[in-house]
Parts: sequence; C-alpha cells; structure tokens
Amino acid sequence: MRRRFTATAMAIAALLAPGLAQAHLVVTGMGPIYDGVTHFALSPEDSLPVVALAFYAGLRGPGSSRLLLAVLPSAWFVGGLLACLSGVALPPTALPLATAVVFLAMGGLLASDLTLSTPYHAVAAIAVGLVRGAADLGGAPAEAGSLLDLAGMCVAAFALFALAVSVTLPLKRFWMIVAARVAGSWVAAAGLLLAGWILRFGAKVQ
Amino acid sequence: MSRTRLHPAALLALTISAALPAPALAHIVNGEAVGFVSGFLHPVSGWDHIIAMVAVGLWGAQLGRPAIWVLPVTFPLVMSVGGFLGLIGLRVPGGEIAIALSGLCLGAAVALSWRPPLAIAAVLVGLFGLFHGYAHGVELPPGQNALLYSLGFVLATGMLHATGVAIGLVHRWPWGRWALRAAGVAIGCGGAVFLWSALA
Repeated sequence: MRRRFTATAMAIAALLAPGLAQAHLVVTGMGPIYDGVTHFALSPEDSLPVVALAFYAGLRGPGSSRLLLAVLPSAWFVGGLLACLSGVALPPTALPLATAVVFLAMGGLLASDLTLSTPYHAVAAIAVGLVRGAADLGGAPAEAGSLLDLAGMCVAAFALFALAVSVTLPLKRFWMIVAARVAGSWVAAAGLLLAGWILRFGAKVQ
Repeated sequence: MSRTRLHPAALLALTISAALPAPALAHIVNGEAVGFVSGFLHPVSGWDHIIAMVAVGLWGAQLGRPAIWVLPVTFPLVMSVGGFLGLIGLRVPGGEIAIALSGLCLGAAVALSWRPPLAIAAVLVGLFGLFHGYAHGVELPPGQNALLYSLGFVLATGMLHATGVAIGLVHRWPWGRWALRAAGVAIGCGGAVFLWSALA
C-alpha cells in the first residue's frame, strides 16, 4: 500500500513538475536518447494521450493492448521521421490544433468506453503517434542526434503505454473502471478547451 | 543497516511543492494563464460556480448508480463545450442568470431529493454546465501554456464534483439523508442570492 502511494505521489509530481512549456528539446547532458525520454516525460501533451489510449486499450482487453504496444511507438517514429526529413512548414496552429483533437478523441474514446473493432484501435494509435511524433520533431535538423532523440521518445511512449495498460487490464471493480472513464472525460474536456484557446489566441498559446 | 522511510505526510508535502513550481519571471503576470496552478484556481474563485459543482456531486450521490458518475462526467464535458463557445467568441445571453439559477435549481433538487429519469437529470446538469463553461471561456485570458491551464481548470472542476459525491455518500444513513437535504436548502438559498444579484 505504502509502495503504491509512493509510486502514485512520484508519478503525480513528475507529471505536474514542469512549470513552463519549452519550445526546444530538453537537454539532460546524458545524450540524445535520454533527452528524448525526458522530453516525453516532461510533456503532458505527449504523455496524456498515451495514457488515455492505454487505459482505453486496457479496458478493451489484452489483444488490442498487445497490438497497440507495437503500433503506437512505430507511428510515433514515422511521424517524427517525416517531420524531420521532409522539412515541410505547416501552419503554426496546425499541430497544436491536431494535438487538441487527439486529446478530444482519446479522452472521448476512454470516457465513452466505445466498443470498436481492433483495426480502429490501431487507427487511433497511428493518429496519436503521427501527430505527436511530428509535433515533437517538427523543425528539428535532419541529423543523427534528432533521430536518437526520437528513438528516446518512442521508447518512453512504449514504456508508458505498457505501464498504463498494466494498470487497467486487471480492473474488475466498477468504481475503478468508472475512475478511468472519468479521467478520460477530463482529458477530452481539456482538449476541447485547448482547441478553443488555439482558435482564439493562435499558436502562441502552446 | 536500517532503512529510513519517508513519512506519507512528508511525501505529500514534497509532491505538492514539486507540483507548485514558481518560475522566476521578469514581468508581473497577474491574470495571465501561466500554467496549471492558475487554471486550477480559476473554477474555485467564485462561490456561484463552487456551490453548483458541489451540488452536482451531491445530487449524483443522492440518485445513486449510474447518476453518481454520469452527472459528474457530463458536467465537465458539456462545460468544456461552453468554454469552447466562449473562447471562440460566440455570444450567449443570460449567462449570469443561468449560473445563478443552476445553484437554485440544483440546490432545490437536492433539498427535495428529486428523482427524475437519468436522461432528464443529465440534460439539466449539462445545460447548466454549458453556461458555467461559457462564463469561464469568456473570462479566460491569453496565456503561455494553454494545455496546463486547461488541465488545471478541468481537474479543479472534477475535484469539486468529487467533493460533492464524497459528501453525498452520507446518504446511506437516515441522518445523512436529512443532512443532504439541509445542504440542498443552503445551496438553493445561495443560488437565490446570486439570482437576486444577477437580476438587480
């Protein structure tokens, strides 16, 4: 019980600790892979959709979870690779708005606990991975360091997804499932507010 | 070798201090959406919002399953729709009156232990949530981290509902049912005062 409390407290602290949005990749001094891992860990716009998707996959069962465990980091890598190598300049609000839509969609899926066939789960994971991978690596130089950063983010996405799925897969009690779905509604609500904010104030908000 | 264990209270204090970063800023940022804490404090800054959100939790607990979780899930979702409408600049008339009415009506529902069909309860709560969200959306200032602000805002709203649900669990005891009704009367009176102010 004490260990679970400690782990929960540490997780909340890690999630809430960052005070400022950072426009650049985090530099830890331990190399680009750890920079990527840290960037992912300190970016709620990366970690929350992954947690929401993982909770949803966990509620749907182990088959879907196993598939998404492979699909999500792969899509993340492809999204980052495309953004890094293509050099295409998207409108400044495009990726933040896409992130808001991802929040809305993943939170909505979890809150509604919608019964979808497994290929649709994979489509959701691909969307999350492509959008956030592209957002993380957009504007980064096409060099080995950026790719290692990206690799670190993919590893972190894999690890967080696996951990979050392992929390929801064994859930049987009604109130625990409800708690997961309530968390989904909060993620969706935050996504909708974020979308309104971006439409009103533009890309400078994020 | 003995292991030193951190006391849970110390751990909690450590967590809270980590969650409340105080970035050094060169300019005064009063009123700006600088992050999680500003967003978290926004919904708890007005009693008209607080009493309505707690009342949603109380009513949900009174109604039991599935309303106990459907109502608190409905409110933040529809509230965010209202916030979205406010943010994009849509004009919705009568917002302050609707917010005051929400306290009055939800307080009355708790006081009378009203048990409508779930759909009606959800629509009523959703309608009030829309106006509460709209009022917040209109007031939200331009900021530097919209996501953390939004997360804090939604989390505070959800925690107000959870507070209402937790208090409402006394419904299982006869004295608790009366206490809940009394709380409903108090909330309704608060709503009436806010309605008087809105109409004055």
